[in-house]
Amino acid sequence: MAQKISSGGEKIVQCLEREGVQYIFGLSGGAAMPMFDALVDSKIKLILVRHEQGATHMADGYARSTGRPGVVLVTSGPGATNTVTGLLTAQMDSAPIIVITGQTNAVNLGKDAFQEADVTGITYPVVKHSYLIKNPADIPRIVREAFHIATTGRPGPVLIDVPKDVGQGPCTAPFTDALDLPGYTVPSRGDGEAIARAAKFLRESRRPVLYVGHGAVISDAGKAITALAEKLRAPVVNTLLGKGAVDETHPLHLGMLGMHGTAYANKAVADCDLIMSIGARWDDRITGRVSDFCTRAVKIHVDIDAAEFGKVIQPDVAIHGDARLVIEDLVPQVEIADTKEWLAQIARWRKQYPLKYPKQGGLRAQHVLDRLNELTRGEAILTTDVGQHQMWAAQFCLARSNRHWISSGGAGTMGFGFPAAIGAQFANPKKKVWAIVGDGGFQMTCSELATAQIHKLPVKCLIINNNYLGMIRQWQEMFYDNRLSGADLEGNPDFVKLAQAYGVKGLRVRRPADVDRVLAEAHAYDQGPCVVVAEVVKEDNVFPMIPAGASLSEMLIEKPKHRLEKPAGST
Amino acid sequence: MSAAAVTPAPATQRAPLHTISLFVNNKPGVLVRVALVFSRRGFNIESLVVSAGAEGRFSRMTIVCSGAAGDLGQIIQQLAKLVDVVHAIDHTGDDSYETEIALVKLFAPLDQRTQILQIAEHFKAKVVDYGADSLILQIFGPSEKLDAFIDLLRPFKLSELVRSGKLLMARGVRVT
Repeated sequence: MAQKISSGGEKIVQCLEREGVQYIFGLSGGAAMPMFDALVDSKIKLILVRHEQGATHMADGYARSTGRPGVVLVTSGPGATNTVTGLLTAQMDSAPIIVITGQTNAVNLGKDAFQEADVTGITYPVVKHSYLIKNPADIPRIVREAFHIATTGRPGPVLIDVPKDVGQGPCTAPFTDALDLPGYTVPSRGDGEAIARAAKFLRESRRPVLYVGHGAVISDAGKAITALAEKLRAPVVNTLLGKGAVDETHPLHLGMLGMHGTAYANKAVADCDLIMSIGARWDDRITGRVSDFCTRAVKIHVDIDAAEFGKVIQPDVAIHGDARLVIEDLVPQVEIADTKEWLAQIARWRKQYPLKYPKQGGLRAQHVLDRLNELTRGEAILTTDVGQHQMWAAQFCLARSNRHWISSGGAGTMGFGFPAAIGAQFANPKKKVWAIVGDGGFQMTCSELATAQIHKLPVKCLIINNNYLGMIRQWQEMFYDNRLSGADLEGNPDFVKLAQAYGVKGLRVRRPADVDRVLAEAHAYDQGPCVVVAEVVKEDNVFPMIPAGASLSEMLIEKPKHRLEKPAGST
Repeated sequence: MSAAAVTPAPATQRAPLHTISLFVNNKPGVLVRVALVFSRRGFNIESLVVSAGAEGRFSRMTIVCSGAAGDLGQIIQQLAKLVDVVHAIDHTGDDSYETEIALVKLFAPLDQRTQILQIAEHFKAKVVDYGADSLILQIFGPSEKLDAFIDLLRPFKLSELVRSGKLLMARGVRVT
């Protein structure tokens, strides 16, 4: 019996099935039709989004909550260019997503055909790697390579551009596991000599700090790092994206460091004699003014990406490898250290500079998030958008396990939080998933309410509504003489009614006394999505704060009485 | 505008030159990916030579670039990180064999030719086109030799200059 010859589009979908893909987040269009047609007969579930950016963040949320790649399928031209923000977001935060874009017929490439865009050209700077398939015979190898590249080493987005005639035409090439990647190697264990030198420094240190980033989450290094911290009796701080690698409620954990980190985390970093980065990249939100950063401390840097060594900070010891494997090799080489004085000093800072917020004067975002933390207790997956609510959530919602905190860090992409929560909910149907967003960012991707509603997804979206782009307003108040420019979101819709217009349950909270009841109601609701709108005080500021480009010692614990110079840092 | 602003900076103040060799997959888009690493960090590519390697599936790139020496290590790492780059090696200041070729066209009246041909002979340059109004000279050698040769010809009517860019190969068993 003659076997049916697959089309290129069918072959791509078969390859995705072979990779274990459960969901594709996509939006159709002319050039992508061969792939969409193939999905009709596939066991892969197509999640139709309302905007391609939403699809990329859903794939990202799916990926970050599981470690498995998220897949996006869109059409050519504007469909493809709408994925650029999502690619940047995934690239900056090392999230494995595969974006498949339709393209005009290969013979028409470069001729300004309808809905043609040079998508590989546009996306070079925001992908880990990309492919333009010219020959259908390459499909099985390219899809296999794309998944391998996206998920190994330092993960990242991979784009596959598929001309319509490649998708439409026959593809007889067999499936393959062979990779043709002579320039690509995946680091694993670290160099023994470098690890031994790090161990020596750690044994000698009396004021160490372990600085944990997203790489520790990705490599699941939390257990090993906790063992290291307990053996050394060393305090742990994490970056925004490192939340969850080590339980933030652990007595040695000082919470998040950096621009809006806890005062005691930043004081510990400023005063330490050794700082060890585990899968973190000395971002400018962390270091402030680099020339003043930990000038007297030994710096150890563990990273799977060799290009991070010396990019911002020149480490005394660089260990190139997978964070978990490196730390596992390191733990037996260190001894129980005498850090009693150091931990006592940190305890004093913790007592002197606790995270706090005013308990009166209306509903505070911090109060709502503090209560959400109490309700979810680290068991829910939390995603955030970008801005004040994100920083408050990072301060007050403590992550207790890996892959339960998902936020756009490097790119700072507004509109990320809600679709990322949708993706995480698809990947984790039994978990509670909360998106924490601001009124500004939510409106960038809120059309995905329809996507959540159609699938009766029990995802919850908490909108911290202050009717401002709050972080912008805070900067303008502090550094620009309160000359507000483009910060007031006058004209916001009634978000409860907006939710209801999509058939989504909407709840509102205005009074502190109602917070627990409303959050609990939303938390228990599992018939579909639920939007909770917290109408918070309009003008509140995130503290502590290290002004951009300032040194850690210039941290502001509360609102300064005097006018501040414009920040030296770029953003 | 002050006079100082229009005077070209002396050679010693220019950003230092670095020579990098890349061994890359011979695939579409590789050149753009490589070029983007340089432009993103504000490095200027002074010369670039790309050709097929000993095996056709790989290509060789020899790149001369200018930029702060401290950033060069980063550039090398960023290049090595590209999926299509098999290896990236900094050859700045090592004793690799280097050569370059240049073609120089001069509109030289007869009374100047003797002088030009003397310079050419001294540098072992070859006349490859001898016209009534023009000459084309071809010269091989290290880039610095070519620079000196071209500087000596500038007082004459030098009308066109085409240089291949630096070619480089590591000596002995060392890898290029």
